[in-house]
Amino acid sequence: MNTNDFLEANFRDIHSYEDLFASNRRDFLKRVGGGIVVFVAINDLLFGQEEVRRPRGGRLPSDFNAFLRIGEDGRVTCFTGKIEMGQGIITSLPQMLAEELDTPLDTVDIVMGDTDLCPWDAGTFGSMTTRMFGPALRAAAAEARAVLLELAADALKVPQTQLVAKGGVISDQQDPKNKISYGQLAKGQKIERHVEAKPPLKDPTQFKISGQSHTRRDGEAKVTGKAHYAADIRVPGMLYAKILRPPAHGAKLKSVDTAPAKAIDGVQVIQDGDLVAVLHQFPDVAEVALGKIKAEWDTPAATYDDKTVFDHLINVAPEARVVRGGQGGDLDAGMKSAAKKFDSTYLNSYVAHSPMEPHAALCQIEGDKATVWASTQNPFGARDQIAGAIGFSAEKVRVITPFVGGGFGGKTNNQEAVEAARLAKAAGKPVQVMWSREEEFFYDTFRPAAVVKISSGVDAAGKMAFWDYDVYFAGERGAAQFYTVPNHRTASRGSGFGGPASAHPFATGAWRAPGNNTNTFARESQIDIMAAGAGIDPVEFRLNNLSDERMIRVLKAAAEKFGWKPAKGPSKRGYGVACGIDADTYVAAIAEVAVDKAKGTVQVKRVVCAQDMAVIINPEGAKIQMEGCVTMGLGYALMEEVHFKDGKVLDTNYDTYELPRFSWVPEIETVLIENNDTKVRQGGGGEPAIILMGALVANGIYDATGARLFQLPMTPERIKAALQKA
Amino acid sequence: MTDKIAFKLNDKPVQLDVDGERPLLWVLRTDLGLTGTKYGCGAGFCGGCTVLINQRATRSCLLKIKDVKDKEVVTIEGLAKDGKLHPLQKAFMEHDGMQCGFCTPGMILTGVSLLKFNPQPTEQEIHSGLENNFCRCGAHVRIVQAMRQAAAEMKGAH
Repeated sequence: MNTNDFLEANFRDIHSYEDLFASNRRDFLKRVGGGIVVFVAINDLLFGQEEVRRPRGGRLPSDFNAFLRIGEDGRVTCFTGKIEMGQGIITSLPQMLAEELDTPLDTVDIVMGDTDLCPWDAGTFGSMTTRMFGPALRAAAAEARAVLLELAADALKVPQTQLVAKGGVISDQQDPKNKISYGQLAKGQKIERHVEAKPPLKDPTQFKISGQSHTRRDGEAKVTGKAHYAADIRVPGMLYAKILRPPAHGAKLKSVDTAPAKAIDGVQVIQDGDLVAVLHQFPDVAEVALGKIKAEWDTPAATYDDKTVFDHLINVAPEARVVRGGQGGDLDAGMKSAAKKFDSTYLNSYVAHSPMEPHAALCQIEGDKATVWASTQNPFGARDQIAGAIGFSAEKVRVITPFVGGGFGGKTNNQEAVEAARLAKAAGKPVQVMWSREEEFFYDTFRPAAVVKISSGVDAAGKMAFWDYDVYFAGERGAAQFYTVPNHRTASRGSGFGGPASAHPFATGAWRAPGNNTNTFARESQIDIMAAGAGIDPVEFRLNNLSDERMIRVLKAAAEKFGWKPAKGPSKRGYGVACGIDADTYVAAIAEVAVDKAKGTVQVKRVVCAQDMAVIINPEGAKIQMEGCVTMGLGYALMEEVHFKDGKVLDTNYDTYELPRFSWVPEIETVLIENNDTKVRQGGGGEPAIILMGALVANGIYDATGARLFQLPMTPERIKAALQKA
Repeated sequence: MTDKIAFKLNDKPVQLDVDGERPLLWVLRTDLGLTGTKYGCGAGFCGGCTVLINQRATRSCLLKIKDVKDKEVVTIEGLAKDGKLHPLQKAFMEHDGMQCGFCTPGMILTGVSLLKFNPQPTEQEIHSGLENNFCRCGAHVRIVQAMRQAAAEMKGAH
């Protein structure tokens, strides 16, 4: 038995487009030969453009962002810079395409995240695939269908109005035997089309493929071990790298002795400036060798740790910036009209992304071309970073993204891909870097710790009188107030993506629904406090203070499914409620929790979650994302917190850092609101429901016990402290 | 320094000349190219590297290759027999018991072992049996559904 027996497929085989090394439209067309190719630029077609103004790596290209090709064999291929990391677009994007094109789903292939084959894309984050990319892909498919109808009219010699497209075949309505397949139509063609104006898309109520649940298209690959991730790619002669890491953030290398590592048979040591690495044909031997390196470090003393960080953040916060639409009325007048006032400060901790797949990349340099297989959410960003680091032009770097084993916003920095490329260049051999779990906990771009201060009041009739809101370092997402309050101000200080440089002890960045977890925890806790203060049932209080019909509908849907019976809090039932907006999607949830007062532990027993995301492509896929949000969200609500001191991350593995487990998972019921109103913006599905989990559980704990939690995660220690105050 | 280590791997005899102290996980992934077995934490917490050893779910990151001498090792690549998926693999597909799929091989092999020694587990036994396998995407609900279906389907097969 040799190694090759076990290598049934790697991503080069799966793509098998080796002959299509094309990074632009002209090259692509030249190499693709026959067929019909439709290009579409998101810029031309989309409303909601301001939502994507900030993606790292710059603006959207003016050329095109997606294309699809109909081949002579009738197969349709979608090329996209998006990647699959679990969210399920490997299934939903082909559904959208098949629907608009009237072709069977199993004739659609998808090529993802390959920078030589796919058009530029900012990255897969922000729940943008379905809401931004989806409409563009649907438009490209609709355009392709129009081209096919034109060709068919010629071929069948009947007017277009007499034709019907179905299942990849166009036929004459008056003579169904007079028909022609997409493959036949594409034969010998070299047609290039650009979508100029938004073509008419199908009415969602007429959907036959979209709107239906489909199981994952990558299911079989994932249950058999055939699905390859970046660290699973093998090329001849490759070496595995283990890299010398500092003991603390900010530490500088004083001296290093690599001689003991070099003494091990087969070890190659690379020292390239600050990068010191050990290479070997086996990763475990490289790790042993790395352990033999003697290094001395200068470690600066730090002035704050995970306990004192909140004071630090307030001290270093830049000036407040009022968020868009975040000011109205007169706060002083509002305060005067309030019968009751409430001042609260909410704290949220650093949280790790902790995808089960650690960051990994393999770089192979052949001649003047580097190929990098990377676990990345933004392959084009990785390509540019790698090119810069090894002095190649971007065209000479190809990033291929195999399956990504979870990202959650944490796989956008591409440090490991740059490391693999630098080491491959220095060693003259292919090099794979895969971080250990300890490296993962050290170099993660953690969700930033944040503070929210709210001063609010309610009048004698139970209406919100004023709302004064300051968020520190979570960012604006989800901060905007959607309750009806006449006098209000909402401001943000510091970025939720890091800056200023002195703010955090380590890298921070986007974490599934960035900022919104903190903002929704604070807002929905404060709403609950006001409801209890006014002696009004928390669902009723929300409905009394809402005018947004979509929010009212989604909250009522959750309450109805849950079987909500009004009572003012704390009712001792352990019922919590929360609602919010993320990625243009409306969500509301109601939970039942049980608190063990002696231990300070919480069991979330049941969660009902309702969601309105506008058009739904794969209903079961959308529900699965909601379940994932609820489950993952229990982690930051109850246990997840990164501890640190003197630049050292004290949590280095899962012995101290707890992820949600099977026994934590409540009974989860999901409700998808049907909303085919094409005038509302398409919402995303990967993130929204997770924003509710902090407040949902905090409000449940309050309802069960009368104890109010102001800090996440709600650990047993904090719950017991809150119980003592209650 | 190498040892001759013979064992059964996915129903085939295999003999390696290898340093017996090397971790089973890395010999599987590197020397043998069986990359379905995943590294997740390297310390036995997450379950991503689970394989079957004499039918029992075991964490390959904590074992040395010499520990499997003369034993039967099954990795995710060897679970399907003659092209026929194990009922639990099929159930994972039908219930979408995975998202990113990285924990899936370890999860399935842990589940297979659980069903082998407890063919009709209660809901609570499913939870406790999988408790130390982490899934970050939150596919837990569907994984439990898949376990229930496989248990029902395999009833009588034991």
